[in-house]
Amino acid sequence: MIATSPRVPVPQAEDVPVQGGETASPILELRNLDVHYGSFHAVAGVNLEVGQQRITSFIGPSGCGKSTVLRCINRMNDLVPGARVDGEIYYHGHDINRPNVDPVEVRRRIGMVFQKPNPFPKSIFENVAWGAKINGFKGDMKEHVERCLRRAALWDEVKDKLKESGMALSGGQQQRLCIARTLAIDPDVILLDEPASALDPISTLKIEELLRELRSQYTIVIVTHNMQQAARVSDRTVFFSLNEHRQGMLVEEGPTSQIFTKPRDQRTEDYITGRFG
Amino acid sequence: MKAFLLLCVMMTVATTVGITLVLVFESLQFFRDVGILEFLTGRNWTALFSGPQQQFGVLPLVAGTVMIAVISAFISLPLGLAAAIYLSEYASNRARSILKPVLELLAGVPTIVYGFFALTYITPVLLKPLLDVGTFNGLAAGIAIGIMTLPMVASLSEDALSAVPRSLREAAYGLGATKLETSLRIVAPAAVSGIVASFILAVSRAIGETMIVAVASGSSPAGQTTVSGGLFDFTQSMQTMTGFIAYTFGSDVARGTTEFHSLFGVGLLLFLMTFVMNLCSQWVTRRFRKVYE
Amino acid sequence: MSVETQADLVVGSRGRSVDHFQPRVQQRRLLGKLWQWVFLAATALSIVLLGMLLWSIFRPGWQYMSWHLITAMPSRLPERAGMNSAIWGSIWVVLGSGIFSFTIGIGSAIYLEEYATDNRWTRFVQTNISNLAGVPSVVFGLLGLVVFVDLLQMGRTLLAGALTMGLLILPVVVISSREAIRAVPLSLRQASYGLGATQWQTIRSHVLPSALPGILTGTILSMSRAIGETAPLLVVGGASQVLFRPAGPLDPYMVMPLQIYNWTGRPQEEFEHLAAAAIIVLLAVLLAMNSVAIVLRQHFSKKNRW
Repeated sequence: MIATSPRVPVPQAEDVPVQGGETASPILELRNLDVHYGSFHAVAGVNLEVGQQRITSFIGPSGCGKSTVLRCINRMNDLVPGARVDGEIYYHGHDINRPNVDPVEVRRRIGMVFQKPNPFPKSIFENVAWGAKINGFKGDMKEHVERCLRRAALWDEVKDKLKESGMALSGGQQQRLCIARTLAIDPDVILLDEPASALDPISTLKIEELLRELRSQYTIVIVTHNMQQAARVSDRTVFFSLNEHRQGMLVEEGPTSQIFTKPRDQRTEDYITGRFG
Repeated sequence: MKAFLLLCVMMTVATTVGITLVLVFESLQFFRDVGILEFLTGRNWTALFSGPQQQFGVLPLVAGTVMIAVISAFISLPLGLAAAIYLSEYASNRARSILKPVLELLAGVPTIVYGFFALTYITPVLLKPLLDVGTFNGLAAGIAIGIMTLPMVASLSEDALSAVPRSLREAAYGLGATKLETSLRIVAPAAVSGIVASFILAVSRAIGETMIVAVASGSSPAGQTTVSGGLFDFTQSMQTMTGFIAYTFGSDVARGTTEFHSLFGVGLLLFLMTFVMNLCSQWVTRRFRKVYE
Repeated sequence: MSVETQADLVVGSRGRSVDHFQPRVQQRRLLGKLWQWVFLAATALSIVLLGMLLWSIFRPGWQYMSWHLITAMPSRLPERAGMNSAIWGSIWVVLGSGIFSFTIGIGSAIYLEEYATDNRWTRFVQTNISNLAGVPSVVFGLLGLVVFVDLLQMGRTLLAGALTMGLLILPVVVISSREAIRAVPLSLRQASYGLGATQWQTIRSHVLPSALPGILTGTILSMSRAIGETAPLLVVGGASQVLFRPAGPLDPYMVMPLQIYNWTGRPQEEFEHLAAAAIIVLLAVLLAMNSVAIVLRQHFSKKNRW
């Protein structure tokens, strides 16, 4: 029932000193990450560092484990019956992939936006406020909701209809609402799982613009199957593929410009130039 | 061949037409003898008395019906909903494989058995030690009906909860919500139309239930026994609309008399009450169904 | 794109808002565990209730189970009383109602699924059937009394009882039959049409046979509900003693639940035990019928893998 082993404290974002720029120390580090769904070995031996306050994108053909790895970072795979995640996931130096770390603690610092927009069947205001409320937000909620909607570039479009249902918005607006809702819990890291794949091109561009704005305050990891999007938006790119055992693996990682112009690995180059995937 | 098939379908329509015609026609006879107003507002129901003592105020029967239905709702609604939440959000496959059949068994037990249970177990073993209840009382019947309709609430509510898409739960967990918060504050409100519809259907079923009340709640309309504390005293015998019909047919009633026609007046009222409630549950389902996609 | 507001300028150097959160995760976890136990208790309570129910029947009834109970006729004297007439009456009523609802039910289901177009009338029929499923059973008794017993002059006989019960279970049989028919895959029908078969030929040779197990299961389950129903037969059949097996459809009859009702109402304590024993017999019959239905469903779902 109650965890009796000593609980590993998950660091407060406010406690960690800021380091900006290209030489920032990694906020996230994955070591020897292995994921099994039942007997199926989905992802093998991923080692990765994600730097603070930059946008990192995961690219690669479908089925190679990009989303799986992403979902490990905020312990969402805990919800899948039969899923087993081995290896270490360091967040500000603390391994969060351990049974005595409460995923609830992890998820309010590492937020997630999903592929298909999934606003709650509540009002726009309630959608944004709900996460903050359950996390014990103490402050002026109306101000907070407005702030988050502004940061998500949605305020002007919805400011007169906050009481209306979130489901009544268009796809692109719903996704920005989901982003606002994630911002409302004041996370440190934002994970996005193909956030624009279900949206039209104009909404996609708006979301990309939004991500560039948010980079200054959050660390962003985005999974995308759209290479041009990765090239437009991210600072660093990680290329995933399948190994000879059909398990997901990390092939190459580096600055976006380098990955797309002078990839080191032949498989990366094949993917980028469209020879497969 | 198609004609035969069409005839079959017409049979279902004919049933409803038949019910309506029978109830209305025989009730008209009744309302010719006893005015509708006296029927609906009178507080004395002594239909089987003879002579000037015979009165046809239906309120005691309605009071009995409503009181027992309310008692059953106190059991079936909270327990049924709690079971639905547990089965839908928490239970392991092994737990479900035990608990769901138990619920189905409870639902499949014939009502006469529940009546026997109420009379010979609930009243003497559970109630008499704690309260001052008569051998026939409305409370035992209400409890038994509650147990009987509990599976209905559980099953329909569980369907409604399971229909809430996984993506909503993921969104809630992604914001750092606990399972309780996700279940109670996101999933259940999203399923509220199905849950409320199940509540209405359970109460409607309770109103139409006959044998449990006939056996356990007795044949004295509420407020008429010497010891009773009024129209809503469930510690004593409370005859319901259905109980009256059962009791009267249990003792042969002559055709063509006012008391015979009163059965149809009561039957019509019963039919209208349950019909309206069933319509309400359909309306609730349609009107408040939250659109997810 | 976004306009810096006054509030944004107040935020800390890392872009964090100055207001802080009190997440109190441990407390929320505890609350969650507490409620989990509450929900589990509420659900497990149903096991306790079922146990109490069965105990209340088996304790008084078990010792009164005997061959005599099943073979003897009812009597004023408890030591002589048996439920033979009730058992036979139940069998006949349930068989009759089953045949009636099966025939009409299949007919309606086929028409609604295969022939009917989606117009106002069809929708009315469908709503009507759903509503009928929710009408109190005693109302069907009133219908049966006036139409079958009086108008069609069948009297308080087996035939009137079987027809009344048939009407009672008809809506549910139609609904479950429709589901069974709907479950037949489109590809099967298309294959038949592709070979030049008419609609009726397709239904008769392909759709019906493949939907039949589901329809049968639904009918048997409805029949098992009918065997436990008391109220309509109380109105239509009368509760006086019947001391023989019904020889034909126009004979008076008794059914098990009515016999139980009758015995429960008697003052002598032995009759309470007899009623409990009769309930055990009734439950045994119910169990047997439901098992047949379930076995049927399992057997045919294994055979008909697409």
